[in-house]
Amino acid sequence: MTEARKPIIRIRNITKRFGSVVACDNVDFDIYPGEFFALLGPSGCGKTTLLRMLAGFESASEGEIEIDGQPMLDVPPNKRPVNMVFQSYAVFPHMTVLDNVAYGLKVTGVPKAEARARAEEALGLVHLEGYGQRMPDQLSGGQRQRVALARALVKKPKVLLLDEPLSALDAKLRDAMRLELVRLQHTVGITFVIVTHDQDEALSMADRAAVMERGKVMQIAGPGDLYEHPNSRFVADFIGKVNVFEGKVSGVSGGRLAVEVGGMGRIEVPHDGVAQGDVGIAVRPEKTRLSKDRPASGLIVLKGKVTDVAYYGNESHILLDTDAGVQVTTTVQNEKRSTDAAMTIGDDMWISWSPEDTLVLNG
Amino acid sequence: MNAKLETAATAAPTAPIKRRERRNPLDYSSMRWMQIVLAGNFMFLYFPILALVAFSFNDSKRNITWQGFTLKYYEKAWNNIALHDAFMNTMTIATISTLVSTTFGTMLGLAIYRYKFPGKALYDGWIHLPIVIPEICMGVSMLAFFAAMNIPLGIFTITVSHIAFSIPFVAVVVRARMSGFDPSFEEASTDLGANQWQTFWNVTFPYMMPGVVAGALLAFTLSLDDFVITFFTSGPGSTTFPIKIYSMVRFSVTPEVNAASTALIVITLTLTITAMTIQSRSARRQGK
Repeated sequence: MTEARKPIIRIRNITKRFGSVVACDNVDFDIYPGEFFALLGPSGCGKTTLLRMLAGFESASEGEIEIDGQPMLDVPPNKRPVNMVFQSYAVFPHMTVLDNVAYGLKVTGVPKAEARARAEEALGLVHLEGYGQRMPDQLSGGQRQRVALARALVKKPKVLLLDEPLSALDAKLRDAMRLELVRLQHTVGITFVIVTHDQDEALSMADRAAVMERGKVMQIAGPGDLYEHPNSRFVADFIGKVNVFEGKVSGVSGGRLAVEVGGMGRIEVPHDGVAQGDVGIAVRPEKTRLSKDRPASGLIVLKGKVTDVAYYGNESHILLDTDAGVQVTTTVQNEKRSTDAAMTIGDDMWISWSPEDTLVLNG
Repeated sequence: MNAKLETAATAAPTAPIKRRERRNPLDYSSMRWMQIVLAGNFMFLYFPILALVAFSFNDSKRNITWQGFTLKYYEKAWNNIALHDAFMNTMTIATISTLVSTTFGTMLGLAIYRYKFPGKALYDGWIHLPIVIPEICMGVSMLAFFAAMNIPLGIFTITVSHIAFSIPFVAVVVRARMSGFDPSFEEASTDLGANQWQTFWNVTFPYMMPGVVAGALLAFTLSLDDFVITFFTSGPGSTTFPIKIYSMVRFSVTPEVNAASTALIVITLTLTITAMTIQSRSARRQGK
C-alpha cells in the first residue's frame, strides 16, 4: 500500500555485534513517511539496538542506514533529522519544563524569543499548557513523559524514535497514552518508530510492526496480518495466545493441505504456499468453540477435559487437556450475567473450530 | 471489626497488664547504657575543643585557671603581625590549591565514572592512595622529591603538595555525585542537537556542580588545617597558620593560641557545614 512512496528510513543489511553477541543480524527493511512503525520483540532481541543505531548512539558493524535519502554512516546523533524519547524520559532535572523543551532549539542557535514561543506551542500539543515554570520533580511520570515528547517534537524531526515509552506508566495511564500517541502522530504527521516488548501496544498503535527475535526480523506486517497470518511459530506465539499441534503433511490438493495430527487424525485445512514434512497446526483461543455434544461436521474437532478456568470478568480462559496430548486454551466471552452455564473442572467438552481459522506454521 | 477494636480499647484500662513495650532490637539509642556510652564518647571527643574555645576567653596569662571573661586575646592575636602573615600565607595556599585540585579532581572523578579502560581497578585504587597513606610518609616523600629536583622549599612547594593530596578527595566526591547520573541525559542532549561541549556545560556540569562545590570546600578545609605535610615542605617565610600556632605553643600556651585556634575551628566548621548543606540539599532535590 505504501510501497510506491519513497521510504524515509532505509535499513540495509544492518548487522551489529557486541563482541561475540550479534544484536542485529542482517536486518533489512524500509519505513515510509507518516508511518507509525513498531519494533516488537522480547527483551534482548535487538530492537533497542536498532533504534539506537537510527538515533546514532550505536554504529552498525555492517550495512548502512539512510534517513530521508541521506546516508547516516558518518552523521553524529546531533546532526541527524531524528529525535528520541528515552525510556527514562531523561528530562533534565535542573531545568524548568519550558527550558527543557526549548533546549534543543537554544543549542542550535534559534533566537530566544522564537525558541520560547515554539516551546510553549509544543507544550500545548501535549496538553501541558501552564506547566512551563515547573521543575521536573514536581511532575508525575506521565507528565514528565509529555515533556520528553514535547522536547523531541519541538525540533520538528523527520522521524520520532520512542524507546519503550509506556513501560514506566501504570496500566490506566498506559491505555490513555496509547490513544494519545496515535492522536499526536496524526496531528504532527511525523513518522514514529516505537520500540516495545508489549504486543498489545504494537497491535493497537502501529500501522506496521517488525517482529524481531535474536537479532533477526521474523516478520514485517500490519497488526491484522501479524495476528491472523503469522509466518512462523515464533510470531504466532509472541503475538497473542495460540494453541499449536504438531503434524505431518500427508497431501496437497487444490489449495487444501492434508495434515496427519497425533490424536486428531487426518485434517484438511486451506493453505496456499508450500508446506511439507513437519508443520504446526495452530488456532487462536478465541476462534475455538466449546460444546457438550459433538459439533456438526465440517469443523475440526477435538475432545478434552477442563482442567482450569481463569475468570477475567469480560471473558474466561478455559484450559483443557486434549486427546491430542496438548493443553488447549480457549476463551469464552461472558455475554450473560448468569453464571449458570459456567464450566467446571473435570467436564468433558468438545473443542471445535473452522478449517479456515487454522494456521499452518512452517518451521 | 470496629466493635471488636472498641471493646479492646475499653477493656485495656480495666485490666492493666503491665507489659514492657517490645523494643526493636536495633533501636540501640533507647537503651540507657548505650546513651551513657554515647555521652561519654561525645565528652571524650568534644571536651578538649570546648575547653580550648572557653579558655580563649580566659583573662589570664596562663591557661590553667579561669580568671574571668575577656576578648583581649582575640585582639592580641588579631594584631600579631606574624600570625597575620601566616594566615595570609595559608589563605593564598588554600585558594590556589583548591582551584587547581578541584579542576583536576573533577576531571579525574568524571573520567573514572565515565570510562572503562584496562587496569581501571588498579588505577582506581592507586588514586586513593593519598587518602590512606600516613601524612608523615607523604610529607617525607614530598620533601625528598623537592630536594631531588632542587626546588627551593616555600609557598610553591606547599601549594604543590596540597594540590597533590587534595585531588583524590575531590575526585571521590565528584564521582560519588556522578553515580546517580542517568547517561540518557547526555544522550538526550546530543540527540536534541547539542555538541559535546554544550552537553557538558548545559547538562553534565550542572548535575555535577554540588559535588564539585563540596569537593572544593573539602580541599579548602584540608589545605587550611594541614600541618604534617606543610611542615615538611615549608621553607623560610612560608609559615602557615597551623605551623605558626604550633611554634607559639612551643613557647607557652597562652589564650592567644586558643584564640587563633578557635578562629581556625570556626572557619573550618563553617566551610564543612556549607559543604554538607549543599550536598544534602542537592540530594533532596533529586528526590530519590
